[in-house]
Amino acid sequence: MAKRSGLLGERFIGLLTPLALLGLWEAAARMGLVDARFFPPPSSIVNTFGALVASGELWTNLLASLRRLFLGMLLGGVPALFLGLAMGISKPLRAAIDPLISATYPIPKSAILPLVLLIFGLGEMSKVVMVALGAFYPILINTVMGVANIDKIYLDVGHNYRASRWQVFRTIALPGALPSIMAGVKLAMGMGLILIAISEMVAASDGIGYMIWNAWQVLTVDTMYVGLLVIALLGFVFSVILDEIERMLIPWKAKA
Amino acid sequence: MAVVSMLNVKPNPVEAAPPVQISLRGVRKYFGSSGFVAVDGIDLDIPQGQFFVIVGPSGCGKTTLLRMLAGLESVSEGTMKLNRTDPTRPENSMIFQGDSLFPWMTVYDNAAYGLRMRRVAEKDVEESVKLWLERIGLYRFRDRYPNQLSGGMRQRVSIVRAFANDPEILLMDEPFSALDEQNKMLLHEELLRIWEATKKTVVFITHSVDEAVTLGDRIMIMTANPGREKAIIDVPFARPRNVLELRHDPAYGDLVFHIWEQLRDEVQRARMNAEGGK
Repeated sequence: MAKRSGLLGERFIGLLTPLALLGLWEAAARMGLVDARFFPPPSSIVNTFGALVASGELWTNLLASLRRLFLGMLLGGVPALFLGLAMGISKPLRAAIDPLISATYPIPKSAILPLVLLIFGLGEMSKVVMVALGAFYPILINTVMGVANIDKIYLDVGHNYRASRWQVFRTIALPGALPSIMAGVKLAMGMGLILIAISEMVAASDGIGYMIWNAWQVLTVDTMYVGLLVIALLGFVFSVILDEIERMLIPWKAKA
Repeated sequence: MAVVSMLNVKPNPVEAAPPVQISLRGVRKYFGSSGFVAVDGIDLDIPQGQFFVIVGPSGCGKTTLLRMLAGLESVSEGTMKLNRTDPTRPENSMIFQGDSLFPWMTVYDNAAYGLRMRRVAEKDVEESVKLWLERIGLYRFRDRYPNQLSGGMRQRVSIVRAFANDPEILLMDEPFSALDEQNKMLLHEELLRIWEATKKTVVFITHSVDEAVTLGDRIMIMTANPGREKAIIDVPFARPRNVLELRHDPAYGDLVFHIWEQLRDEVQRARMNAEGGK
């Protein structure tokens, strides 16, 4: 019980800091300490937020972004997971593919956007592929590391108890790598948010990124802030959800 | 000293009534390109049901020898035969030095590991795991994860994991070396209690002479670098053994002294080799 309330206490403190900063901002904007054209007071941003929700515009854009994000995470994450597990188990495969990964990983994914547009066109697929590219690398790299760093003694135990290759994979490689894989998924989610915003700014007619870019073009500053707020909230909600998933998938870490 | 010199006689193979379970002839192990010889020509017969202890200085190749028996390391030269009496049971299970429980499995799932890898029906797994966990007093901790247990409890679970698998041979690689003295003593008693109930063939590795004499039927002293057999000594104490009473016995002290005398040269030699920077 004490642990639970301690957790709630930490969450409460975590909420307090941003609220205090918002209060300062509101006061500064109203007293003219900052230029309200560039830094509109939070209350006016909230009003705009309400209006965008009421008109349905926010939902349309949010759903479009979420859909691309979700499909992109699947398209990039699932192959990364399987390839990563295979590379973690098989040294020859790792030796064969590692150089490719090391060479392509440092390329900024945003720099590939024009090429992706050229190949996949202006439709949905190009945005999904951008997210997939962003999700692929962190999940792959963390999965390989997770499997490769499993303590050798566990593999010895598996071999001594005559576990088959598939059993070793299922009972040792996968659970042993899971903490590292989850860390990779979290990184991938952050990367996905960045890339979906960028690609929608350049090449979309809906989505949160599009909404922000459009607001810049017509200079509705409040809407830009609403877009940023939504992306920040998404990031927060995703990290809470992923933490919960982690707690369920990795119970042996939580109950120390 | 008369007792001691009597003990030093090698057992007469003619009177070895139980069949030989483990048989080594000229077993050698060297590693890769360095040509480092870890184990150099071991000849050994271990009868079925014997608690066989190998004692030697660190780095004498005793762990390598055990890993060869476990099938985790290949034999470079010589023959190593493990004679099965019951093909339906697994040949051997190893209890490892240090933490070898899977952190992601509960006590129960760890204990059930060997049986599940053999695809034993879940009903029989449950029966066996429950029995063994109860025997060692850990059944009520079955839903805990290893990181919620003390070091002594974790090592008891690894013992259960090996016993529950019901192998013909148990291999133990210094299973208690990380534990404090009190825990070690209790675990010696527990191990003797459950082993005496099953009488499996055991090969037990240790650097502790006390542990060797307390547990073993027969003790092989190994030389260091390369690992060779220096002497084989029979332990005359009757079973079932009471660890505390045993240590009180003057014959116990004599035997420990006698083994330690032989071992001391080896330990010193091993240390000089290490300091010689070879």
